[in-house]
Amino acid sequence: MADLSVNVGGIKSPNPFWLASAPPTNSGYQVMRAFEAGWGGAVWKTLGDPIVNVSSRFGGFHFEGARMLGFNNIELITDRPLEDNLREIREVKRAFPDRAVIASLMVDNVKEVWQEIVKKVQDVGVDGFELNFGCPHGMSERGMGSAVGQSPEFLRQATEWVVEVAEVPVIVKLTPNITDIRYTARAAAQGGAHAVSMINTINSLIGVDLNTWTPIPNVDGKGAHGGYCGPAVKPIALNMVADCARDPLVGIPISGIGGVSTWQDAVEYMLLGASGVQVCTAVMHHGFRIVEDMIDGLNQYLDARGLSSAMDLVGKSVDRVGNWGDLNLEYKVAARIDQDKCIRCNKCFIACEDAAHQCIDRVSDGSGQLALVVDEEECVGCNLCSIVCPVEDCIEMVRVDSGGRTFSWRERQAL
Amino acid sequence: MSEFALSDQPQHRLDQNVHRPLTKAEVLTEAHRCLYCYDAPCAAACPTHIDVPSFIRKITTDNVTGSARVIMDANPLGASCARVCPTEDLCEGACVLGKDAAPIRISDLQRYSTDWVRERNIDLFSPGTATGKRVAVVGGGPAGLAAARELARFGHAVTIYEAKEQLGGLNTYGIVPFRLPRAVALWEAQQVVKLGVTVQTNVLVGRDVAIGDLAENFDALVLAFGMGNVPPLQIPGEDLQGVWDALDFISQVKSGQSVGDIGDRVVVIGAGNTAIDAATCSKRLNAENVAIYYRRTAREMTAYPFEYEFAKQEGVEFRWLCAPVRILGEGNRVRAVEFVKTRLELSDNSERPIPVPMPGTEFAVEVDTVIRSTGQSRLTSLLDELHIIHDGGSVRVDQQMRTNQPGVFAAGDCAFRRGVGDAMVVEAAEQGKIAAAAVHQHLLAADESEKWRGESHG
Repeated sequence: MADLSVNVGGIKSPNPFWLASAPPTNSGYQVMRAFEAGWGGAVWKTLGDPIVNVSSRFGGFHFEGARMLGFNNIELITDRPLEDNLREIREVKRAFPDRAVIASLMVDNVKEVWQEIVKKVQDVGVDGFELNFGCPHGMSERGMGSAVGQSPEFLRQATEWVVEVAEVPVIVKLTPNITDIRYTARAAAQGGAHAVSMINTINSLIGVDLNTWTPIPNVDGKGAHGGYCGPAVKPIALNMVADCARDPLVGIPISGIGGVSTWQDAVEYMLLGASGVQVCTAVMHHGFRIVEDMIDGLNQYLDARGLSSAMDLVGKSVDRVGNWGDLNLEYKVAARIDQDKCIRCNKCFIACEDAAHQCIDRVSDGSGQLALVVDEEECVGCNLCSIVCPVEDCIEMVRVDSGGRTFSWRERQAL
Repeated sequence: MSEFALSDQPQHRLDQNVHRPLTKAEVLTEAHRCLYCYDAPCAAACPTHIDVPSFIRKITTDNVTGSARVIMDANPLGASCARVCPTEDLCEGACVLGKDAAPIRISDLQRYSTDWVRERNIDLFSPGTATGKRVAVVGGGPAGLAAARELARFGHAVTIYEAKEQLGGLNTYGIVPFRLPRAVALWEAQQVVKLGVTVQTNVLVGRDVAIGDLAENFDALVLAFGMGNVPPLQIPGEDLQGVWDALDFISQVKSGQSVGDIGDRVVVIGAGNTAIDAATCSKRLNAENVAIYYRRTAREMTAYPFEYEFAKQEGVEFRWLCAPVRILGEGNRVRAVEFVKTRLELSDNSERPIPVPMPGTEFAVEVDTVIRSTGQSRLTSLLDELHIIHDGGSVRVDQQMRTNQPGVFAAGDCAFRRGVGDAMVVEAAEQGKIAAAAVHQHLLAADESEKWRGESHG
């Protein structure tokens, strides 16, 4: 049994799985249920001046029978009085002292206003703050959320105001709706933040109703852009996490957010530099109970690999993420198709034929059927066939270069 | 009562389909499971080459009309075939998923799409620009309908001559309603008629229409008249009351006409798909004991394995290696059948072993009804009148379904020969399509000298 506890910028929790600031952490009732299910921490639904929401609020991106590959919302921060939230936070902390309770905050970008709420909230015993500089819809129109988070200067300043009075660690939650997230991450670090969390949701319009031609979600015949999250955004978030993790000017811990649904997702985030993860969409899809397998699966994984602590994963793949110009041009793989496993769906053939390099041939196998055979001389090793293949381990990418030489584009340019 | 619980009422039971349609949820789950193979083996395994991945993908994009169009374009009998094709030997047997998991339920998905357009009265095709050419199709069964549909889409003026009251052939009259409802067969026929095809029902060519008139009025002729009744067993007692021709029996049941009281004990002689239909029909008419008697064994019978399984589930019994000797009556009503046990002898001339009666093993079975189902007789008189070369009623055709007579084509069961292809609806549909394409080619190429005139070119 490995030690699953983590420390994210000074905030400790018994496992790396936190609920992100979102509808599942809207109330004490919900967070209590989550902690009973085993969640290690919860970032409370953003506190601030209570807002008024619209109806409806959410939209799902479904693909080929799989539901909620992506998820979009136009819901704002908490619509409940601060006093109610604070009372419930205190009750939750009392019931679950070992879990991390982090208060997400968003207020008008004025020093006094920031410092006032920080003082009020830390009195009830939160373990940390998360400054919501990421929300891309609604609040940003009022000069909050990503309106602050898209300006490194505003973000640094607000962070400084908070850190000045905060007695617990401060996480700055970053928006992905920016050209290079490292700039705002660095600003957070300069402002004194103890960690950054990423990513908040991505600007999105989830779709249009084909019958009514109204955008989704529909609010009385109209729509507005929302924030996109869920499994589909994970690759975008992983890239941003890795970018920040390998940037020495950022240099503070990362809480990974974006499409985390399983323990495997969490491991990937941690390998790329996150000290823990936050989850929302998967819970909105399946409920709090999913954490059971996240904990169990991570535990099994760590045990199987002989690792004693989840923290041992943090950043282990960061060094392997580099620039394209440093990749070895001499390394070469080619696809090899296992004829015994192949079911002859021909998907690899048509993918290679139409969309890659025309190097899979259909060759008579003697029984009147056409076998799929890779022309290894022509194969560029792009992976496409192995990606489209529906049979597990049927197409293997095999190394075909001699293995001795390394030669990058950068080296080539230097010649 | 749920829609699919078995009722005691014979009419309910006759209408109760062998298996229920998939729910929308099942359809979508199944459709999404399809890999959308390239050059898919399922499509290659379909005699009409339905682009199965395409029609399934269209289901997933909520383009069900488009899906049905893909099916019916390739197979004018696509709705019937969704219910009667031996799919484990065809598309589903070829599904690549079958190697490691369950194959896609292609026929059920095909049924969903075709039901969808049928229930909404959506017409899928329109006639081609009129060519001024006239084609007569003799027989409005699967092959004739398929040929007529394609010919109409080419723009030719088509007349179907149908001896029965309704179009559809065996789909309308010969396949039990609980496997293929009459409404489905008639809808398919209606789709063809709507293309402007002229239909003359209750008309027997050669009797009600002279060959000379056909030659006068048409530029080409497609023979698709199928086969005839069940041939006589040529044993004493066949004319007794209570002895049925299986096709008449099923036809009457399917048309909603009474077959009278068939009693509790029914014997079916023969073990093809029609014999199974007659037997299961009898069970659903509440006969207590229904047994199929066959002079060979399960291995040699022509019924599909799934039909055999279905019959057993319905409670039909099977008696192998028994040949009928005579039918015994009381007055003019059947009372018993006398059988003799047989043994099988391998033959040099036949693929199937020959059943040889074993003298002294005769036994009698008390019955209320006997149903003869030992294949179908061949119709030869029209062929002879037209000077068409045939082998005992099986029209000799080339790959384009051309007969020896220029301008005369044949498709379906009348051109079916044992050992070449299979007498399936789907095969008849494909032959009808091929014949129509050949007719079209012929009409485009033919100058006046090659026009069919009904003369012997022998």
